[in-house]
Amino acid sequence: MKTLLFVCVVILSLGATVVAWDVRPASGDDPVVEKRLMNLSKELRCLVCQNETLADSQAGLAEDLRREIREQIKAGKSDKEIISFLTQRYGQFILYRPQVTPTTYLLWFGPFAGLIGGLLVLFLFIRYHRDSVKEQPLSSEDRRRAAELLASDSRREKA
Amino acid sequence: MRYLYVLPLVCFMVLAGFLLVGLNRDPHEVPSPLINKAAPAFTLPQLKDPAKTFSAQEMRGKVWILNVWASWCVTCRDEHPLLIEYAKTGAVPIYGLNYKDVRDDALAWLGELGDPYVLSVADLDGRVAIDYGVYGAPETYLIDQSGTIRFKQIGPVTPDVWSKQVLPLVQDLNRQGSK
Repeated sequence: MKTLLFVCVVILSLGATVVAWDVRPASGDDPVVEKRLMNLSKELRCLVCQNETLADSQAGLAEDLRREIREQIKAGKSDKEIISFLTQRYGQFILYRPQVTPTTYLLWFGPFAGLIGGLLVLFLFIRYHRDSVKEQPLSSEDRRRAAELLASDSRREKA
Repeated sequence: MRYLYVLPLVCFMVLAGFLLVGLNRDPHEVPSPLINKAAPAFTLPQLKDPAKTFSAQEMRGKVWILNVWASWCVTCRDEHPLLIEYAKTGAVPIYGLNYKDVRDDALAWLGELGDPYVLSVADLDGRVAIDYGVYGAPETYLIDQSGTIRFKQIGPVTPDVWSKQVLPLVQDLNRQGSK
């Protein structure tokens, strides 16, 4: 059992060393530029490995695009200009956070519409069934029996 | 109100329908925003003779194909014999964009497998490829007489794509151009 645990720990720590890499900022580069590059590339998708951001990706294309962005930052382009440069070439898909446009309304507002729709259905359902449940008031016979039972109960307690 | 109980089922079916369609789509095919836009201009050294250049503007007035390839690209190797077949038909001139390759490797590749390209240009650092929105090779662009991109194929141009999409479009464009 102990050996098994040891093996598990070793394997897990090996895994940790493998994933512990990061985008290496080119040495000697302006830290301000690198910081903007990092922030921008966290918002952008790597098109080769589509569930990674440009900041995390080690793909060749991601490196090229980071180089392109770095150069554009140095050339004094604004973030907006850089993003439009990329979307003109790669489309909206390169944005990790899709823009709010008519084609993405369903994506952005669909869940909320679903929630509201669900609440509405729930509300209607409850109201519908409230009407179908009839109140049945106690008859005088029921009241008399209840009183009798209560009376017999309290008598026993006293005894 | 009586049939309200089927609503969850209907919702599920709609969702399942969307998911089914999604399953059959290739997530790597990202539609290019460059379709029906001007093909980005470039001037690059030719692969076989780097002293000479080639630029997209020289192709004005012609329908042509730009195929992005590299010797390191495995799918390009699959596509290559097909390109040679297509080039033989002479339907449309095919130009190559040698993407982030080593010149000697690229030349050896063409020597070994044959050269379907009228000429290839060398995009060593992949800058022109970025302008064209290339994110993986092979990619193929069909460009018309006015320098507009009319069609883009991501991945190999299979015989099906060639005969059903590329050729009809080429014939269409040539007919329009000759008018």
